[in-house]
Amino acid sequence: MTAHPPVRADVHPAPLVSLRDLQVEFSAGGSSVRVLHGVNLDVHAGESLGMVGESGCGKSVTWLAALGLLGPHAQVQGEFTLAGERFDGLNDQALSLIRGRRIALISQDPASALNPVQRIGRQLVEAIRLHKGLQGDAAHAQAVRLLDQVHIPHAQQRLQAYPHELSGGMNQRVMIAMALAGEPELLIADEPTTALDVTIQAQILNLLGEVRRDQGMGMVLISHDLSVIAQECERVMVMYAGRVAETAPTDALFRAPRHPYTQGLLACLPDMGRRPRRLPAIAGQVPQPWQLPSGCSFAPRCTQAQEACSIRLPDLLTVAPAHQSACVLGAA
Amino acid sequence: MTPLLEVHHLTKHYPVMVPDGWRQRQATLRAVDGISFDLQAGQTLGLVGESGCGKTTTARLVLGLMAATQGQILFEGQALRAERDSAWRALRQRMQMVYQNPLSALDRRVPVLAQVTEPLRIHGIGDPLTYIDQAQELMSALGLSPALWHRYPHELSGGQRQRVVLSRALILKPSLLVCDEPVSALDVSIQAQVINLLQDVQERMGVAYLFISHDLKVVHQVSDDVGVMYLGKMVEQGPPAELFNEPLHPYTQALLAAIPHLWQKEKTHRLTLQGEPPSPLAHQQGCVFQQRCPHVQAICKEQAPEWVRMTRTRSAACHLLTPATAQHSPVLEAQP
Repeated sequence: MTAHPPVRADVHPAPLVSLRDLQVEFSAGGSSVRVLHGVNLDVHAGESLGMVGESGCGKSVTWLAALGLLGPHAQVQGEFTLAGERFDGLNDQALSLIRGRRIALISQDPASALNPVQRIGRQLVEAIRLHKGLQGDAAHAQAVRLLDQVHIPHAQQRLQAYPHELSGGMNQRVMIAMALAGEPELLIADEPTTALDVTIQAQILNLLGEVRRDQGMGMVLISHDLSVIAQECERVMVMYAGRVAETAPTDALFRAPRHPYTQGLLACLPDMGRRPRRLPAIAGQVPQPWQLPSGCSFAPRCTQAQEACSIRLPDLLTVAPAHQSACVLGAA
Repeated sequence: MTPLLEVHHLTKHYPVMVPDGWRQRQATLRAVDGISFDLQAGQTLGLVGESGCGKTTTARLVLGLMAATQGQILFEGQALRAERDSAWRALRQRMQMVYQNPLSALDRRVPVLAQVTEPLRIHGIGDPLTYIDQAQELMSALGLSPALWHRYPHELSGGQRQRVVLSRALILKPSLLVCDEPVSALDVSIQAQVINLLQDVQERMGVAYLFISHDLKVVHQVSDDVGVMYLGKMVEQGPPAELFNEPLHPYTQALLAAIPHLWQKEKTHRLTLQGEPPSPLAHQQGCVFQQRCPHVQAICKEQAPEWVRMTRTRSAACHLLTPATAQHSPVLEAQP
């Protein structure tokens, strides 16, 4: 018999990137604030993982910390592996062989990520030279190919343009082309469409999905917009106050959310599918990282909180296949 | 009943210089190009559209913050002019604005309570000894606890700041509140709180909202009537239940198709608009949407469509639509 059992997303052999017990602390002027409290995360090859949460929950810091981009005031701890090899504690030089080349990052605001006084062609060629070692005509030809790949019309002429001559959507395409220059194994897209109009957002999301499938690359999509995640990702991770609240396959998360925070987030979204009714808003606000409550950080806002919630930190429990939730209610 | 706000053929053109080879030439930027709408007292009109479609310019024109090139604005039956005279100031008391970014709308060096009393002082309304009491009463009603009254804006969270901005706008008991992206800068869970608050305020104080947002879901939630704008023109208008369920204009259809949905069972083919909105500088003959319209025809390139009342409650500007066909929406069925 040569029939292979179907490969299930939750029993992949080894993840492409794995972060273990990631902790980040910022210190300034003698005091320090912990913003990530032991985040565990796996991304498999070719998988798309969505990360959601409100501002300050640590979704961007997670990746900036892993890639050593937080600067001298951050203390980062944790075990990170890329294709089985550790990459935590590497120096800047060693990390630069990973950043852009194997793990690429695109940010929210393309206009501020691009150099405003250089033509985009020069910036693109720089990335190609750095990651692929191509020079001269070969690098130029590769730049044209990359712009074609992200569907920028008249690629040859557009190489001569400055970022201010292009629209926000076009600049974001240039950023994606630049991220693809190193043919990365993992693309981290941090709020890639937040600054864009909705029809342009749809174009960029389609493009990201297309290049991911074409290149067989893994993708992490960071967004505050649950519906963007629902559209593009196979698995979702919900973060709250520097911890993972829930992680599950996209379908399971949206159909049967287990953590009260996820349930609250989903319930308070306006829905065009039905008559408007009063939104069941989550009361209160996200706690500041220096004033976290004891026990579960969501407990003060949680409608189902029990006595135990303010005493002990809930563990991340497996509540269904590939579905974990950090809530005592999940244990029952 | 006369509407609270009537806008007739409102137009704002800017003369601008554009590069033309080595020199520059004069061109006209059509920010708002002949739009008309009514807003009844105590109701909400949502204006949606992508950036650069003229939503915010419309808001500024309605408040008389800038002079219109053409057209007429009637507020409570009186013509509004953009001259800063006493008549304008008297009208401005009755119309207030809420901005997108509360931190930049507030004065960083003044405690928030003092900022909420400021409109009363500026307009010299009533007894100055009661200002503090009035402000405290309103702020409590909007969910700002006494502990927050004497803080500075940077000491508050985003949702609390937006409550302060709202208190400051409501202290004059306006009949119209122009809200320009009031919840766009807020987190999802806080956004729901502020939307609920806006709806409560409307119920309690009977204030009308001109609600501007790029977020169709939010507009659907709060509006009694919705106008869709594209490149300075109104392309479609109607009550949200009808407009969002059965959009008539091809642009509205594309806009709705572009929104990602949470509970979409199968990944339906997403109708994606190709290209981007043309520059508002490039004046062209015919319909503004012709470059991106999937149903474009010869007439669309020659003649601008008229603004036509399609049903009792809905209007649109499209050559493909007539009051007769709007009943069963042929454009909608023509979708692949």
